[in-house]
Amino acid sequence: MYSLLQQLASGIAMGAIYACLGLALVMIYQSTHHINFAQGEMAMFSTFIAFLLLKWGLPYWAAGLITLAFGFVAGFAIERLVLRPLGEVPELSVIVVFIGLFVGINSLAGWIFGHQLEPFPSPFPDKVPGGTTLISGHELGTVVVVLLVMAILYAFLRFTKVGLAMRASAENPVSSRLAGIPVSLMLSLGWGLSALIGAVAGLMVAPVVFLEPNMMGGVLIYAFAAALLGGIDNPWGAVAGGLIVGVIENLAGTYVVGTELKLSLALVLIVGVLLIRPSGIFGRKLVVRV
Amino acid sequence: MSTLPVASSQPSRSAAPTATAAGWSWRPVALGALVLAALAVPFVLTDYRIFLATMTLITAIAVLGLNMLVGYNGQLSLGHGALYALGAYVTAVLMEHGGFAWWATLPVSAVVCFAFGFLFGWPALRLKGHYLALATFALALATPQLLKHKALEPWTGGVQGITLLKPEAPFGLELSADQWLYLVVLAMAGFLFLCAWNMLRGRLGRATIAIREQPIAASAMGINVPYVKAMTFGISALYTGVAGSLGAIATAFVAPDSFGMFVSIFFLVGVVVGGLGTISGALVGAAFIQFIPNVADQISKSAPSAIFAGFLILCMFLMPQGFVGLVRDGLRRLRTRGQRPRRGD
Repeated sequence: MYSLLQQLASGIAMGAIYACLGLALVMIYQSTHHINFAQGEMAMFSTFIAFLLLKWGLPYWAAGLITLAFGFVAGFAIERLVLRPLGEVPELSVIVVFIGLFVGINSLAGWIFGHQLEPFPSPFPDKVPGGTTLISGHELGTVVVVLLVMAILYAFLRFTKVGLAMRASAENPVSSRLAGIPVSLMLSLGWGLSALIGAVAGLMVAPVVFLEPNMMGGVLIYAFAAALLGGIDNPWGAVAGGLIVGVIENLAGTYVVGTELKLSLALVLIVGVLLIRPSGIFGRKLVVRV
Repeated sequence: MSTLPVASSQPSRSAAPTATAAGWSWRPVALGALVLAALAVPFVLTDYRIFLATMTLITAIAVLGLNMLVGYNGQLSLGHGALYALGAYVTAVLMEHGGFAWWATLPVSAVVCFAFGFLFGWPALRLKGHYLALATFALALATPQLLKHKALEPWTGGVQGITLLKPEAPFGLELSADQWLYLVVLAMAGFLFLCAWNMLRGRLGRATIAIREQPIAASAMGINVPYVKAMTFGISALYTGVAGSLGAIATAFVAPDSFGMFVSIFFLVGVVVGGLGTISGALVGAAFIQFIPNVADQISKSAPSAIFAGFLILCMFLMPQGFVGLVRDGLRRLRTRGQRPRRGD
């Protein structure tokens, strides 16, 4: 029983990371209707920046803040320099560009930082204050950080003027433009924010999986599963989906299929959702007018 | 701008009649020269070079398979490496455990891959484009894990993979194994390219292209959209699977780690760089993905994939129909120059 609870707790911790990356995916999906295949690699690259800063002797919080800022600027820049000039092209071309970014960022990281596994520090103490062994310090810290990110994001979107403008431009770009909202700036901002949230996921997952250029492959696929399960156009659905997927992954990995089949489990989840309920649990069913 | 980039091939069709007199004469000549050159390869090159040429042809078959889906049907698969692996493993397992001759595994592999593609494509293809990309992306990531799994180990050999015997030339022909293999693969590639050419001009091909251009109009014309899409995915899987089988025979070895995500991405690079929606583009694209790593490996381990990434993005910006589109455009411009009065454009 105790080990089941332990697995449940680490499932929730891992699920929080999937939720975080899933949230980043949904942010871009909501405003552009594209699935950013390069989201995981962007997060990985940001984490390498943090690694570099820590190696230069910066304290964790400073390195973390600079990394988040880097993630934001990089996301903003990718939208401005790569996706904006592409213009209105078919979905196929956009996905090809995303795959190009995926491979490009991955090989760039390999080129600059090398392919060996690097241990990455956790900002949290090993032991939980209460003295319980149910959950490790990093796991608890991850859950808290992700909840904090969500709360800030919610407050930002709900209570600030920029947040309102961003929601408006995602909902109805034409009317928003007519109302004087700089829609294209909002789009770039959304990309920056999404990359920033992804960087948080990268910082949280690196101590668990070790830092290397391919570290986000498995995380990304679970984040996809999370976003699909929760409904890809619903940020809170992605969060719920992430937690569910994390728990399923951990319980099934421990008791049913074993750790070697974790990626295949994500595949089954994705295909299952597409088969049974393509709009996800909390998603809206899209009706297209001909 | 909402039509696919590949749609730009249409004007060339309508412009063709004016140029037929000049256009038809050089085609058979060029094709003949290509066939002669292809036949001469095994007798003038070293065994290693012949092997590279064989692998290029095999890759071309796989890229053609993917191009049918991506270029002609407008559906994106990021998981054709998994189908390549499936074909390779069907052949390897049948040869190792079923006592099949290498050639007898090809039809089995074709049927298995077709069925797998058809069934896998069925649910995902009913939805919008990026869902198929997502599902196939997951498939590609999961493939090495599945192949390594303990339950399959008695057949697949787990992490070690399976080592096969390279086929020797039959009937006492004076050919090395590499030469014989090249000729076999050349014949297969020729056959499959011819079939593709025929198919894509026929009813199924026209339906496929109609769906790419206007799915709603296509279904209004009575085309069964999910069926044609799944059929295209099945045939596409068949081509890539047979290429996988030939690849397993040519390298005489299969192992899970040679079928990672990167194989799927290489095929996509081949399709995009060669030319979406072109048959000859498959050959160009295959040559590109075969030879770039050979050249660029000396710069850095990451250089080939960095170059591939650059080409993926640049092609979408500058040459949406790849090298073949570029050459076609150039030829058309040469041909029409002087024939028509120039209108200000």
